[in-house]
Amino acid sequence: MSGAPLGAGRHLLSVADLGAEGIEEVLRVADAFVEVGRRPIPKVPALRGRTVVTLFAEESTRTRLSFETAARRLSADVMSCPMAGSSVKKGESLRDTVETVNAMGVDAFVVRHPSAGAPAQVAQWVDAAVVNAGDGWHEHPTQALLDCYTIRQVLAERAGTDPASAGTAGFRGLKVAVVGDVRHSRVARSLVWALGALGARTTVVAPGSLVPTSFDDWPLEAVTHDLDAVLGDVDVCYLLRLQLERGAGAYLPSVREYTSAYGLTARRAALLGEGAVVMHPGPMNRGVEIADDVAELPASTVLRQVRNGVAVRMAVLFLLLGSGGAVEDPAAGGAGD
Amino acid sequence: MLSAEDVHRALVRIAHEIVEHNRGLQDTVLIGLQTGGVPLAQRIGRVLEEIEGATVPVGMLDVAFYRDDIGIRPVLPEAATDIPGDLAGSLVVLVDDVLFTGRTVRAALNALTDYGRARAVQLAVMVDRGHRQLPIRPDYVGKNMPTRIDEQVDVSLDGVVLGDVVPR
Amino acid sequence: MVPVTDAPGADTPPIVVRGGTVVDATGERRADLLVVGDRLAAVGPDLEVPSGARLVEAGGCVVAPGLVDLHTHLRQPGAEEAETIETGARAAALGGYCAVVAMPNTDPPVDSAAVAADVLALGRKAVCRVEVAGAITVGRAGERLAPMGELAALGVRLFTDDGAGVQDAGVMRRALEYARGLESRGLPVVLGQHCETDSLTAGGVMHEGAWSSRLGVPGAPAESEELMVARDIALVRLTGGRVHFLHLSTARSLAMVAAAKAEGLAVTAEVTPHHLTLADEELAGYDPIYKVNPPLRTAADAAGVRRACAAGVVDAVATDHAPHPPEAKATTLQDAAPGMLGLETALAVTLDALTGATAAPAMALGAVLGLLSWGPARIAGLAVDQGGDQGGPLVAGAPANLFVFDPEERWEVDPARLASRSRNTPWAGRTLRGRVRHTVWRGEPVVVDGEAQR
Repeated sequence: MSGAPLGAGRHLLSVADLGAEGIEEVLRVADAFVEVGRRPIPKVPALRGRTVVTLFAEESTRTRLSFETAARRLSADVMSCPMAGSSVKKGESLRDTVETVNAMGVDAFVVRHPSAGAPAQVAQWVDAAVVNAGDGWHEHPTQALLDCYTIRQVLAERAGTDPASAGTAGFRGLKVAVVGDVRHSRVARSLVWALGALGARTTVVAPGSLVPTSFDDWPLEAVTHDLDAVLGDVDVCYLLRLQLERGAGAYLPSVREYTSAYGLTARRAALLGEGAVVMHPGPMNRGVEIADDVAELPASTVLRQVRNGVAVRMAVLFLLLGSGGAVEDPAAGGAGD
Repeated sequence: MLSAEDVHRALVRIAHEIVEHNRGLQDTVLIGLQTGGVPLAQRIGRVLEEIEGATVPVGMLDVAFYRDDIGIRPVLPEAATDIPGDLAGSLVVLVDDVLFTGRTVRAALNALTDYGRARAVQLAVMVDRGHRQLPIRPDYVGKNMPTRIDEQVDVSLDGVVLGDVVPR
Repeated sequence: MVPVTDAPGADTPPIVVRGGTVVDATGERRADLLVVGDRLAAVGPDLEVPSGARLVEAGGCVVAPGLVDLHTHLRQPGAEEAETIETGARAAALGGYCAVVAMPNTDPPVDSAAVAADVLALGRKAVCRVEVAGAITVGRAGERLAPMGELAALGVRLFTDDGAGVQDAGVMRRALEYARGLESRGLPVVLGQHCETDSLTAGGVMHEGAWSSRLGVPGAPAESEELMVARDIALVRLTGGRVHFLHLSTARSLAMVAAAKAEGLAVTAEVTPHHLTLADEELAGYDPIYKVNPPLRTAADAAGVRRACAAGVVDAVATDHAPHPPEAKATTLQDAAPGMLGLETALAVTLDALTGATAAPAMALGAVLGLLSWGPARIAGLAVDQGGDQGGPLVAGAPANLFVFDPEERWEVDPARLASRSRNTPWAGRTLRGRVRHTVWRGEPVVVDGEAQR
């Protein structure tokens, strides 16, 4: 297979590999799958006979279901390999597990792993396509793509235009604040690079202990510790989840202090300009990064993000598995064959 | 091969044939295949409105996800699908510019079933150029045009042009 | 020092190493060498070849004192699937080494005379000299002092908890003070520190910086190392003890060592071939082969380490040869074992780093060989004037521990052909320049034409 148009390669490991064109392509194809999702039978035969394996070494029911739904709506066969509790415990190496599953005849691996780079490693070991479904603190490319899709959709609605015809022009100069634990966030890394590719002006807002050591080469407008100072001048305010279950609390004096300086309270929400979009990758810690009474504000976006997630993941799987090909067929030429 | 006027005349004839063949326009829906069939379907819709005084719903369909060459060559959806309502019980007339191997029509027939069970499906094409690879035949034809397999047929409302295949 | 009773060289016929350029601490000269028994019988131009002598051709090659590695993980006892004393010593001989110091982080660790004696006994059957380092603390846990006196009496000269640094400054102070006492009893020992401040490194799997931030990989900052270097320099000042800094990896660590030396403190430092040459950007593909402790630092640090070598701040290049079975590396960066092989590639990699295009400034061949042979021999207490037999110089009457290498020969590293039991070399598939032809240890040609003889 060759000529897969998804960015540089036949895998989706990092949004940085896609570039603006690749991202735009995914969003465009996702438009077609959003339409599929509205049909009475929201399913197409595009990937019939293909096998997609979800390999999750870290449980995330939401992401796994989203990918599996996407694969099923493309008519692919889906195998679920929850690694957290299986052969890994028996001392089988990750490579052994992956090669064994690969030998069953797999077209795509969707990999979630607590170690950054695991999907890139899997891509070295198998001949199937690999989709990064979140690796350590590194990246979560499909989350960023569905966030971009949602931003594009909301921008088009507000402008009263068709999202497809608008393309990604609306991102140029768009002011986005990414707020929260950027240091430990794969969502932030993917989002920052996707927005950068599309020409947005991104500002990272975080407590001093939750910013990465270095922002060298990151496509950022600014890094700041003062949320109040930026809220009045953003088009999109993207709140990251404070991952208390992964020890983010050790980086802060208290959750209360985090909320008082970085939580989107009703007072802060009032600082937002008219039409500013509030986004959150979910699941929300109500009362932590977002106050309960404000949570209704972005709720529509959050559900929309989930819905768009299936279409965007269908687009990614279709682009990786369905649209490549190099076999020449003389009867293929010409319109309307 | 055909001028804009020839194309228009053929579409008017096809419109008359649709009415005649189905004894009216009861439950009729026109669906143009993306991208070449869409303007033709819209034109036929307008002609039907003129001659019968009734509005015929016109939809458009992209069949990329139903093609049988997915994974063999690059396949991408080219344009939006927009089907007007549930097709259950309706008479669907698929409209395309050129009928060649028949594979696009096969994909379209599959796609249509996802929108409900049509009472019947008919096929109108501007040009039938032969070389069928599937048992598919058109109900309404603008022009039968024998071609070599490597020739290219371009259809628009401005006319029909036959040329050598563009190197891919 | 324990006398060596079963020296194999005694039975072998005389050897003449002919046509090479001898490079040792005394300089460089064209000379042939006559080896009789385990000694050099004669060194000079155009030696006659006695009848029955074995001829070792060294034309176009350099003849130098056998290399000495201060930092080798031989994995025995406890992880024989990764390496054994026998296979590790063979890899060493193929790399031009005549002596290695085995690290004590085995299972059980070398924190008792019994384990040390076992390792030394196994080492006596090996194809190079195998010395063993003892742990500073029991179980390398950083709490109670290991029986350093008993270990020193067995010949142990270097003590380290390598794999971990001694975290508690009070424990390190007591170890230094105790070691001084041993010295006055005729047991000169040196404490080797693995400089890593655990509270700063916790969870880090690569150098913390621009690359770790972008790659989303937990980082270990340079300051984790530098803090302990600074602390131990202060403790040396406090106690009058001796510290040897293991595998220093940052430019600032070496600047501190330079300042301490200028002050007259008894500190020495080693660096590894990989920290001279590789940088954190190698981790961009998440290949666990590049996971090592201390982590590969920035390219600027690697250049700083090379400069420190040229400036004479560094006393030794040591391999930190760390074999791991394939499964320990066939996993994620997070889970993979840290460490890489070094013995069979150290000479070529170091020569390229310190005399090649990226050297700053380029060092003389003799100076580089000093870092690989007579420098470390002295730190290990193995130099001839310390009662040992390592590091030359190659003169008549000296111990016949030498090796011959072609400084120009290019060779591609094929992991499958390494003598080590493990395959975790970062140099797989890369072409290196400079290759060991022959190694003579205690008068025995243990490597001839690049092949181990036993």
